[in-house]
Amino acid sequence: MTIETDKNSSYAEPGIDGMVADWSADKQNFDLPWGKLMMWIFLLSDTFIFSVFLTGYMNVRLSQTDNWPNASEVFALEIGGVHLPLILIAIMTFALITSSGTMAMAVNYAYNRDKRKTVILMAITALLGASFVGMQVFEWSKLISEGVRPWGNPFGAAQFGSTFFMITGFHGLHVTAGVIYLTVIARRVGRGYYEDKGYAIVEITGLYWHFVDLVWVFIFAFFYLW
Amino acid sequence: MQNVAIADQPDHLHDPQTFVTKYIYSQDHKVIAIQYGLTAVFVGVVALVLSGLMRLQLGFPDTFDFIDPSAYLQFVTMHGMIMVIYLLTALLLGGFGNYMIPLMIGARDMVFPFMNMLSFWAYLLSVIVLLASFFVPGGPTGAGWTLYPPQAILDGTPGYDWGIILMLASLAIFIIAFTMGGLNYVTTVLQARTHGMTLMRMPLTIWGIFTATVLGLLAFPALLVSAIMMMLDKTLGTSFFMPALVSLGENLDYSGGSPVLFQHLFWFFGHPEVYIVALPAFGMVSDVLATHARKNIFGYRMMVWAIVGIGVLSFFVWAHHMYVSGMDPAFGFFFATTTLIIAVPTAIKVYNWILTLYRGNIHLTVPMLFAIGFIFTFTHGGLTGLFLGNVTIDLPLSDTYFVVAHFHMVMGVSPIMVLFAAIYHWYPLLTGKMFNERLGKLHFWFTFLGTYAIYLPMHYLGFLGVPRRYFAMGSTDFIPESAQSLNASITISALIVGLSQLIFLYNVFWSIRNGRPAGHNPWGATSLEWQTPDVPPRHGNWGPELPRVYRWAYDYSVPGAEHDFIPQNHPVSAAEQTSGEHGEHKS
Repeated sequence: MTIETDKNSSYAEPGIDGMVADWSADKQNFDLPWGKLMMWIFLLSDTFIFSVFLTGYMNVRLSQTDNWPNASEVFALEIGGVHLPLILIAIMTFALITSSGTMAMAVNYAYNRDKRKTVILMAITALLGASFVGMQVFEWSKLISEGVRPWGNPFGAAQFGSTFFMITGFHGLHVTAGVIYLTVIARRVGRGYYEDKGYAIVEITGLYWHFVDLVWVFIFAFFYLW
Repeated sequence: MQNVAIADQPDHLHDPQTFVTKYIYSQDHKVIAIQYGLTAVFVGVVALVLSGLMRLQLGFPDTFDFIDPSAYLQFVTMHGMIMVIYLLTALLLGGFGNYMIPLMIGARDMVFPFMNMLSFWAYLLSVIVLLASFFVPGGPTGAGWTLYPPQAILDGTPGYDWGIILMLASLAIFIIAFTMGGLNYVTTVLQARTHGMTLMRMPLTIWGIFTATVLGLLAFPALLVSAIMMMLDKTLGTSFFMPALVSLGENLDYSGGSPVLFQHLFWFFGHPEVYIVALPAFGMVSDVLATHARKNIFGYRMMVWAIVGIGVLSFFVWAHHMYVSGMDPAFGFFFATTTLIIAVPTAIKVYNWILTLYRGNIHLTVPMLFAIGFIFTFTHGGLTGLFLGNVTIDLPLSDTYFVVAHFHMVMGVSPIMVLFAAIYHWYPLLTGKMFNERLGKLHFWFTFLGTYAIYLPMHYLGFLGVPRRYFAMGSTDFIPESAQSLNASITISALIVGLSQLIFLYNVFWSIRNGRPAGHNPWGATSLEWQTPDVPPRHGNWGPELPRVYRWAYDYSVPGAEHDFIPQNHPVSAAEQTSGEHGEHKS
């Protein structure tokens, strides 16, 4: 969001002087609803969780003596006789990034108090998220049927399976939680629960959802493309 | 205002009526604080008893049949883990953080009271899961509180099947509880301060708790992730931390994992954890010292920046716990340097405490005695830290009793001294009664002198090379007979100190009914928590109007003032206008 230019807001002064004035004043340090600031801080903490996961993964991968499986081959699919590397992951990534777009639109309509469009767009977001989890289930079962297990796999280093199931599983849990979160909030929006309280909650939900997407981009880059 | 403070809404909206909503499923930060506090003290007593049992074995080997080597290791592990996490972290942040933040910054409650309540219940669950491990087959884990793999999950370590799983699960639940509480504390400090309470007018207690909470939110993720990975290693047979190894003559299925990775992750959490415990203690002791010396804290701004600086630096020193782990020796140089740099802000704080006392009007009340005791124990613990921070001196001393003595002085006894100071200091506010001064002083002298009787000899044991975590020394050439007599004397001191804590418990519970009424602000303190309309503060804290703050929290013995203290919510008089930056009212 851009800085409020509302006359009632005293947070409008730009530049470093303005920041110092704000932070040394007796007002709220951030011109945000409490819930939104809390979500930002939570996401910062969650960023550390995923960073530690990815750092652990890199450490384990770099210290392997066994061959690390070639991700683009392991995650390839045969569709209509054509061999397509990483096709499923590409679709999953596309679905998730698209859902970020619909979420952003939902936030916009929420602030315009258009309940119907907000609910529809949030529902689409949740559906895209659910389809992401569904495709992940497909991917997991395909790998499991090929003999990939957390403790070993036929393609190379055992840690390939361990890190794969752990990191995508932890991310999948985040997406699942996000789908539930979206559904609950969308229902409440539909029932007019936020008419008095204001619609910041939609943006807060959106923050979480965008974060889950962003994390996926890193997992995608470090796990599938490396 | 665009974002109407929930705290400014009328009180009746959330005033609980029934016993259950008032004292059990309460969303009032003060009740939650006391729930946190009582639970933490309860597990703390369990851990204290465990340490007594350990000392019995060490002081008088071959005397107690029920302590076998496995049980001894289990006592070591549970004592360490409970004291560091379930007592100190929970009591300082969950207990004092919850109680003090809203009162000291002039808010009615935390920003999200319901989540705050959930935080306590999750904490209680983590404690139950932890204590449950005493009653499962094999007992609790005996891996040492650092839980180093591979031994933590291998056959041969006590509690390798049930105990370690419950321990890891309990830690994960604790982290969830801490996160829910911690988000609340940080958001409350940033967003819910009352009119006039600028960041640089907050009491140091709040600065300490705030910075420690931020550290917790960034450090606990590393522990969570390592707990998840080790849990998978244990239950699913992955090999994150497990190299290929032979155990009891059999080749295990593990291969290719890295035990050193666990140590890095653990200490990336573990070192900030030291400061999660220390920073709130630094803050609270500053306030106790200033109040009872009737003098403003020396160098307030420097104290604030030292807290923040220590917090930042604490993320860059973790591998000084790992000099003997076999990591690249070049790391040792880097981490020794950062470790010694962190001594600078810490030393600034110690000098400022001493300068606060210098020519102060020192009242030797019970809280003041404990606060001064803290300066002693902390300085001694800090000085031995300089030994251990240097790689070459650390190598021969690591895993000896020198290390045990060091960290017990610096992060065991010192925060405990502050906790006692804080409990005695704020007891009149919490209960409205005064504790028994005579019993309090007795408790102080037993604890303070006993501490030295226990830990000072341990430094010598360490120099002799007596290794820690050993069930019995046996007959070893390099350890002289006299080490055993030293051990026996340590045990006797430890038992006396342990028993003397009963004086404290008796005093605290007896005085709730029988203490004389304390009245408003018995210490003549300036900070907001003493200025509430009711003592102890009622739900909503402030009656119909939030307080308004005009000055910093340390206006003691101001020349020309009517009393020797001016509360933060007293307007600045015309005569004071020239008296300096802190009295000035910026609008």
